[in-house]
Amino acid sequence: MVGSNTFLQRLWRVYLPLLFFAVFLLFPFAWMLIVSLKPDNALLNTDINPFLPIGMTLNNYRYLLQDTDFLHWTRNTMVVTVGSLLVSLFCSVLIGYALGRFRFRGGNIIGVAVFLAYLVPPTLLFIPLAQVVSNFGVYNQYWALIFTYPTFLIPFASWLLMGYFRTISRELEDAALVDGATRFQAMIRIVLPLALPGVLSAGIFCFTLGWNEFLYALVLMGSGTMKTVPVGVVSDLIRADVYFWGSLMAAGILGSVPVAIAYSFFVDHYVSGLTAGATKG
Amino acid sequence: MSVIPAQAARETVPQQRRRMSTWERLVEREAVLAYLFMVPGALILLGFMAYPFFLGIYYSMTDKVVGFASFDVIGLLNYQTLLSDRIFQTTVANTMIYSFVTVPFKLVLGLALALVLNQKFRFSRVIRAGLLLPWIVPTAISSLAWLMLFDSALSPISWVLRDWGWIESNINFLGSRENALASLSFANIWRGVPFFAITILAGLQAVPSELHEAAALDGASTWQRFFSVILPVIRNIVLIATLFSIIWTFSDFALPYVLLKGGPGSMVHVFGTLAYSSMSFDLGQAAAIALYQFPFLALFAALLLRFIRSEDS
Repeated sequence: MVGSNTFLQRLWRVYLPLLFFAVFLLFPFAWMLIVSLKPDNALLNTDINPFLPIGMTLNNYRYLLQDTDFLHWTRNTMVVTVGSLLVSLFCSVLIGYALGRFRFRGGNIIGVAVFLAYLVPPTLLFIPLAQVVSNFGVYNQYWALIFTYPTFLIPFASWLLMGYFRTISRELEDAALVDGATRFQAMIRIVLPLALPGVLSAGIFCFTLGWNEFLYALVLMGSGTMKTVPVGVVSDLIRADVYFWGSLMAAGILGSVPVAIAYSFFVDHYVSGLTAGATKG
Repeated sequence: MSVIPAQAARETVPQQRRRMSTWERLVEREAVLAYLFMVPGALILLGFMAYPFFLGIYYSMTDKVVGFASFDVIGLLNYQTLLSDRIFQTTVANTMIYSFVTVPFKLVLGLALALVLNQKFRFSRVIRAGLLLPWIVPTAISSLAWLMLFDSALSPISWVLRDWGWIESNINFLGSRENALASLSFANIWRGVPFFAITILAGLQAVPSELHEAAALDGASTWQRFFSVILPVIRNIVLIATLFSIIWTFSDFALPYVLLKGGPGSMVHVFGTLAYSSMSFDLGQAAAIALYQFPFLALFAALLLRFIRSEDS
């Protein structure tokens, strides 16, 4: 490195900015945690310092798990997220493989179409989609989301996988073809194993996007006990402007745990997925 | 080409050929297999994206109401009525303010965070992962945290400012249109900064360190180095991140819905929340509200496509 790295310089360039960003970006989570551990009487007393953890209790969590449908919502979200993830990965591996490795007429146009599909937001489609889903007879069923989430998961995952498949050398595949493998066998046995990091990135991304989705879940699967975690927390734990802040924040903490775990195991895959849209073509 | 694969080919391929049916030979052709590979995804995208899109255009030209089977085609009347509707006009303004005013903040803070994270320091991986949390946690859930942080009675922000003597009484963060828009934007900036930071960081890591050193040896100051060495390299990625962010913020739903549900007097709607709240009584008009987003989205999608392609080549 050029120039001297005195402690004072490091303080200004690294530690103070990091402290600022950590406080700014993580404060809401710290607040959720504090509130979720407080009893109501301490929470609603505005004279005492709200940051002090007075009379810590797990009652909010107990209430959430025993007296609300939170566990139902968790199961629903799990089913829908994993289901749509599998459907999306299956479709996206095929599309990404074809776009990344085959030369064929119309390939470029399809590539552009996939990218544009990625930009179509749920707010544009949810109204007619509700009708389509009820025409199919799957309104308020798992299938409603398992088939609609892929509309935003497939474009992204295909785009990401296309980039991965392109990086894998053609010679390996050609050698397998010459040895008598069919194209399909070459794909399954040779190329797919090498593209596994890409598939993992796509999968982790599908998982977090599916777990976090809100609008389709609200409109297509929002009644009774069929809600997902984000929808259930927002619509069932807030009743007629009465806020059960303690259990709301407890639900926020617990509802974030699955994505946080999935994410922390695969940070690098997640980050490479996030930036793939912008850096790979 | 070496000899051995060719020999192998002569030995194995004819045997293989004999066993192949017409279908199998067809599937061996790249183009045929490519189109076959598109089928499962295409079915889902056509059925649940393209079809609803056109159905939405059709609904937007009718007076369809949920629960009634019969409805009439009324042409562009829904679009026309909306233009003179005060709530809709405010919604357009809100959405524009929300998606554009937040951009410079996300950009500057995200760039700053990326530059900080691009340095060497202890625990950098854990810290980097932790600071991305606002982006990966379900928006509906983090919005609930902000709902409480902005609460008129319980807000800890108000408490701190009161404690420091900066304000006399609590701030009503969501109580007026101006306050609500500012609060909404603040929460959006909070959520967007990590996305900008991580994307820009990926671009920064593409800046060769020799470039830095050469510039430093030439006596360039930090600022000069930033503008003449770093900025040209990350220019495109910054533009792409910005366009993505504008599109997502423009069509946002979870945050404005959880925080405001239209806000005081329905004056703080964005397109998504207004369409959702109209859906239950006037489906045709709700469809028109949602589709009013389309020209804007198309424009930004076209811009984005251009930059991605120029990045490609």
